[in-house]
Amino acid sequence: MSTNIDHIKEEHHHQPSGLMRWITTTNHKDIGSLYLWFSLLMFFIGGFMALIIRAELFQPGLQLVVPGFFNQMTTMHALIMIFGALMPAFVGLANWQLPMMIGAPDMALPRLNNWSFWILPFAFAMLISTLFFESGGPAAGWTLYPPLSLQGGNSMPFVIFSLHLLGASSILGAINVIATILNMRAPGMTLMKMPIFVWTWLITAFLLIAAMPVLAGAITMLLTDRFYGTSFFTAAGGGDPVLFQHIFWFFGHPEVYILILPAFGIISTIIPAFSRKKLFGYDSMVYATASIALLSFIVWAHHMFTVGMPLAGEIFFMFTTMLIAVPTGVKVFNWVATMWKGSMTFETPMLFSLAFIILFTIGGFSGLMLAITPADFQYHDTYFVVAHFHYVLVPGAIFAVIAAVYYWLPKWTGKMYNETLGKVHFWMTTVFVNITFFPMHFVGLAGMPRRIPDYAVQFTDFNMIASVGAFGFGLSQLLFVYILFQTLRQPVTAADKSWEGAEGLEWTLPSPAPYHSFDTPPKVD
Amino acid sequence: MSGSYYVPHETKWPFLATLALMIMFIGLANYMNDESTLTLTFTGLGLLLLVIYGWFSYVVRESEGGLYDDQVDMSFRWGMAWFIFSEVMFFAAFFGALYYARELSLPWLAGDGSGVSTNQELWPSFENVWPSNGPANYGGDFIVMKAAGIPALNTIILLISGLTVTWAHHGLKEGKRNQLISGLVATVLLGFIFVGFQAYEYSHAYNDLNLKMTSGIYGSTFYMLTGFHGFHVTLGAIMLTVILFRCIRGHFTNENHFGFEAVAWYWHFVDVVWLGLFVFVYWL
Amino acid sequence: MNRLSILLIIMMSSVSSFADWEVNMPRGVSPTANAAYDLHMLIFYITVVIGIIVFGVMFYSIFHHRKSKGAKPASFHESTTVEIIWTVIPFVILVGMAVPATKTLIMMEDTRDSEITLKVTGYQWMWKYDYVEDNVSFFSKLDNKSNEARQLGSKIDVNKVDNYLLNVDNEVVLPTDTKVRILLTASDVIHAWWVPEITGKKDAIPGYINELWVDIKKPGVYRGQCTELCGKDHGFMPIVVRAVPRQEYVKWVSLNQKNRVADKSE
Ligand code: HEA
Ligand code: HEA
Ligand code: CUA
Ligand SMILES: [Cu+2]
Repeated sequence: MSTNIDHIKEEHHHQPSGLMRWITTTNHKDIGSLYLWFSLLMFFIGGFMALIIRAELFQPGLQLVVPGFFNQMTTMHALIMIFGALMPAFVGLANWQLPMMIGAPDMALPRLNNWSFWILPFAFAMLISTLFFESGGPAAGWTLYPPLSLQGGNSMPFVIFSLHLLGASSILGAINVIATILNMRAPGMTLMKMPIFVWTWLITAFLLIAAMPVLAGAITMLLTDRFYGTSFFTAAGGGDPVLFQHIFWFFGHPEVYILILPAFGIISTIIPAFSRKKLFGYDSMVYATASIALLSFIVWAHHMFTVGMPLAGEIFFMFTTMLIAVPTGVKVFNWVATMWKGSMTFETPMLFSLAFIILFTIGGFSGLMLAITPADFQYHDTYFVVAHFHYVLVPGAIFAVIAAVYYWLPKWTGKMYNETLGKVHFWMTTVFVNITFFPMHFVGLAGMPRRIPDYAVQFTDFNMIASVGAFGFGLSQLLFVYILFQTLRQPVTAADKSWEGAEGLEWTLPSPAPYHSFDTPPKVD
Repeated sequence: MSGSYYVPHETKWPFLATLALMIMFIGLANYMNDESTLTLTFTGLGLLLLVIYGWFSYVVRESEGGLYDDQVDMSFRWGMAWFIFSEVMFFAAFFGALYYARELSLPWLAGDGSGVSTNQELWPSFENVWPSNGPANYGGDFIVMKAAGIPALNTIILLISGLTVTWAHHGLKEGKRNQLISGLVATVLLGFIFVGFQAYEYSHAYNDLNLKMTSGIYGSTFYMLTGFHGFHVTLGAIMLTVILFRCIRGHFTNENHFGFEAVAWYWHFVDVVWLGLFVFVYWL
Repeated sequence: MNRLSILLIIMMSSVSSFADWEVNMPRGVSPTANAAYDLHMLIFYITVVIGIIVFGVMFYSIFHHRKSKGAKPASFHESTTVEIIWTVIPFVILVGMAVPATKTLIMMEDTRDSEITLKVTGYQWMWKYDYVEDNVSFFSKLDNKSNEARQLGSKIDVNKVDNYLLNVDNEVVLPTDTKVRILLTASDVIHAWWVPEITGKKDAIPGYINELWVDIKKPGVYRGQCTELCGKDHGFMPIVVRAVPRQEYVKWVSLNQKNRVADKSE
């Protein structure tokens, strides 16, 4: 298994420049950058929609938008954040990092890689364009439950096809990741010697390939129910609206772990680096990740405790859901044990990782509360759920992405960001994220349903706080963009090994890393 | 050949494929909304086929030019294997729907288990007998496609085609060109015969049995599963045809013929899915 | 980090004042709501304790094992014993949670032996109530005052509207100290019926019937909302239940058997 680029062939080709370079590129770093920039753009668009939501919810009464449009914002916000911001961010990181971490010249299937990316902007253009339709965009929530979603206007087939495309892109991307990891490792790098980020991505890719087609199946049935008279989701024809929910969540729950496992991998990379100590319990980290992934396929109905499942089903899904706390706990404990007796410093990536551990765990705790079926009868579809998942998604997954960008930026660009600004960014982000999402626990418990554009007056105070927090959080991210551009304007000064405690093959490469990562495969022992 | 890993250079095909896909889907969505005819859809489809042709020709040329080594070959294998796995999961969603309807929703509507009130209050006279088009008798009475007729024949056809493609593979490995070509021809023919039978079966169902997509949950699951499968058989048969032409041109060697194997895998996958269909859709 | 501990302290010390501060689940006035509340508090406290321990260890390490304090990194990186311990202990804790949770769940799902049956049907965007045994039936939707005030650009100060968004034209009346079975269904899309103080929510699904039971122990007016996204006016289909003593309820029924007829416009 030797890897060597054919230099002769490289010289025969002339590299296209300008836009054509990006359209035709098969290079993992180019494609990684495309993914990351795209993700940032989508984060801002999705965030902008969140700000519309928060602005409307600043006080009771309708001030800005009509209810129908509000629902479109909620739906689009979620679809864009999940499929446009978070997943592409992780794929971008995978593209940049996997070849460097396993000692390969590039991804295994570079042309496919180009395709996975270029589907995205078009699919999102199609999705977002529905907002400008006369009948409006999708408004049934990102979960697209029928019969409500069947009432959608002309947007519906566009939304469904764009989801098909996004799914296809994810599947192709995941296939590429698996092929790369299984087939392109440097000689000597056995599976149990792979960097943990590579492991988490391997498992995530498996989840993607197993889960995304199921979503495709579900929405295909929606389409035929709407346009071709099938009755999968209609009781009168022998179907059941709840059937859709089962299929959707069979995808949807693994999906949320798709959004967190790579984040776990990032945190497991950064914590040891800044603790200057090896990751505690590497093996158990791998097993924990795998168990979370496997368990994720048998817990889906915890999103549907209120649909009136038979008692046995409710009990089964409660137990399996609670079980996930065990492997997740192992991860948290391992991180803490990694820090224990380390020699820690607190650069920006580390700060974000530490905040991740705490805030993700808080989100996990509320998840555990939601898993308790009788209590979920109260929590379900309230802002308590919204608080839960934003805690795991924003200071969880998004923080991990930000941490990863700070951590690897010097490797990618050869340039170091401004540490002071990075810390300011961290503190602003962390303070505002809590101001935004913590009060949602309170209003949720006090009875505020989610997906409503207007609320009873007793919820006013905390909603105001949350809205202020959201705008603060948004502003803080403008600082992030500023930091990125400022870094890019710096001269190349970063050391090959930018962090004292960093480990892994990528740090043996020069900074910025060469276009084709490893010409000759490194030896790993 | 090993020792030099081939990293392809820039390519225009994926981007063009995306454009074609977009045209196709936008056309289809407009068509579904009753806002246009299928012209745009077919334009997109045509473009897509062209792109695929171009893309694959390019890959084939590279492969024939000896640019690929064992490692690339292995990447293709992993890629194809996981792609087939994703297809399995796609089918799983539809099989899941069938299972749910038969084991859960219909019994509930008929008053089983937690469905007592559902039945009493909403669908008082409904009884659960499979096949069912639901308590509202959607689409009117219909007759079920019997497993014994064409479906059984189709099962045999597909099973034989699985054998012929394996036989062809042996021919390829042992350098028996005639065996290879005739095995492939037989497989392709069987594939298209299968599709032809199915088309006939559909028209029979629509015209004589009153069994339609709109025939409640039975019609829905029946057409979704068999239709989706039939679509895959068609794809597989087309891919086999391409492989056949490549074989006639003398493309593969007895050691290096992943293109052949990938399509053969795909064909076996389609075969296995059919067995599931035959048992759960037609038979039980 | 300080903020966090302050928050935790506030949350723990002010449990009793939660109700008026509107930051916690209401304790409720029925066995099911009470049980949900108790479970909620139990799990909450357990997680708080786990949180304090885990974050405590973490912060200890952050303060003491930092490079600026001259900490030298240790070299250990695994220990099967500890890993088994911290796999088993959480598991045991979870079992401890699962037992009461399962008991409560079984209790909640037991709709047998009810005395009255109320059928609730969700519509876009109102509720229909049928008192199955007593032949009383009516629609209930957002009251006019709220409805006017909620319109975009209405210029009405919603703070001055009584029970803004939580008031209806026709209240549901239920007797106290009576086990009432509630049958839920819907006519168009999925809705969910939820009155936090008397019961957790359950979906109203077109074509199917779900069951719920309540046994209100205290007379009063209890408000809730539809909690499943059901279209543009999902936020505007409240539920109001007036719980009255048994005799009063009987009177109400007989009055309404004559006066009220199901009528979609009112
Ligand atoms: C990254 C995404 C992510 C992650 C990681 C999780 C993690 C978890 N989630 Fe969450 N969840 C979502 C995203 C996520 N969720 C989203 C998006 C929704 C809403 C979807 C929608 O409706 O729109 C949702 C909704 C949701 C519901 C449905 C609520 C409802 O609608 O009524 C439930 C119910 O069980 C749930 C449970 C859990 C649990 C038990 C975990 C567990 O994995 C958490 C495990 C972690 C811990 C428990 C903390 C660390 C552990 C320890 C320190 C060990 C010791 C602890 C104990 C023994 C208690 N989630
Ligand atoms: C990864 C996923 C993800 C992320 C990152 C976010 C991020 C945010 N979310 Fe989102 N959210 C979901 C996933 C996510 N959300 C999901 C799945 C739902 C459920 C949807 C459903 O019910 O169907 C949801 C629903 C949801 C709701 C409930 C809506 C409802 O029920 O009606 C709310 C309400 O506050 C909200 C708020 C926010 C906010 C304030 C952020 C912030 O973190 C966003 C911060 C980003 C920005 C603010 C953008 C950056 C800055 C600018 C645009 C520049 C301009 C800025 C200024 C001038 C200040 N989200
Ligand atoms: Cu009815 Cu929401
Ligand atoms: Cu889940």
